[in-house]
Amino acid sequence: MITKMSVTNIHVINQDSAYDFYVNKLGFKLVDDIPMGPETRWLTVSPPEQPDLQLVLFPVTVSKMFPKEVAENLIDLIKKGIFGCGVLTCKDIFATYEELKAKGVEFIKPPKKEFYGTEALFKDDSGNYFSLQPLNNFEDENNI
Amino acid sequence: MQKINTDSYPKVYLYRRIVQAKLFIDDNYAEKIDLNSISDEAYFSKFHFIRVFKSAYGKTPHQYLIYVRIEKAKELLKAETPVSAVCFLVGFDSLSSFSGLFSKLVGKSPSDYQKHHQQTQKKISQSPLSFVPGCYAYQHGWTENSNFEETGD
Repeated sequence: MITKMSVTNIHVINQDSAYDFYVNKLGFKLVDDIPMGPETRWLTVSPPEQPDLQLVLFPVTVSKMFPKEVAENLIDLIKKGIFGCGVLTCKDIFATYEELKAKGVEFIKPPKKEFYGTEALFKDDSGNYFSLQPLNNFEDENNI
Repeated sequence: MQKINTDSYPKVYLYRRIVQAKLFIDDNYAEKIDLNSISDEAYFSKFHFIRVFKSAYGKTPHQYLIYVRIEKAKELLKAETPVSAVCFLVGFDSLSSFSGLFSKLVGKSPSDYQKHHQQTQKKISQSPLSFVPGCYAYQHGWTENSNFEETGD
């Protein structure tokens, strides 16, 4: 019986830049940063209140897993913003939006009320995008 | 790219002020922060400020300041900073109040927390691959036995 998701991937173009984005801008907690040879490291982070989910900041570098052509194509698609990596939850979407914007995070869409609730979209430093939604997205009232 | 209209939601000015106050705490947690002066700077009455801050962050400004200090203390302890130095670097005046609060919130004393982290780091340096799920290590070609080839089924 499957009980939960514990490790998942975000394919990134540069691990140093991804570290800065996820830890310093989004405020994720560093879990592991273990060197694995000269160019890559095992780099995982967790959302601040979800320590049992590790997101692997998985570098797209030419390796056994990614032959050269595959790596190049994947990097191209990531940069084009094809990959949506999921929904991130916050307590207050407007406060979170203002803070991330102040930290230089690029938003594709500011918070907007949709039929499914209020949502914003932003990109990570590689080009992956996330949806940002408040915890209780079906309550119409703004918190403040 | 299309220009985003950032003033398109209600009370945007209020959000910007509360976010500035939060970022002020993030940047100045090591100083003696007077929460009254933050609320003044943000043009709030003290009680209104506390209420609005709590509704945005789920913590009062004071609780949030303590949270930031303890989180920073964890980082410094992991970076091998001596406990007595950590205490002052994160803005506490007395070692006993720092240790007491840290133990209460983290569930371990600062020195136990540091010891635990050092032991984990030692294990990682001795055997890094045991901390990486095998499937990743294999796919990346990190597995220690370089002769371990695919069977090509």
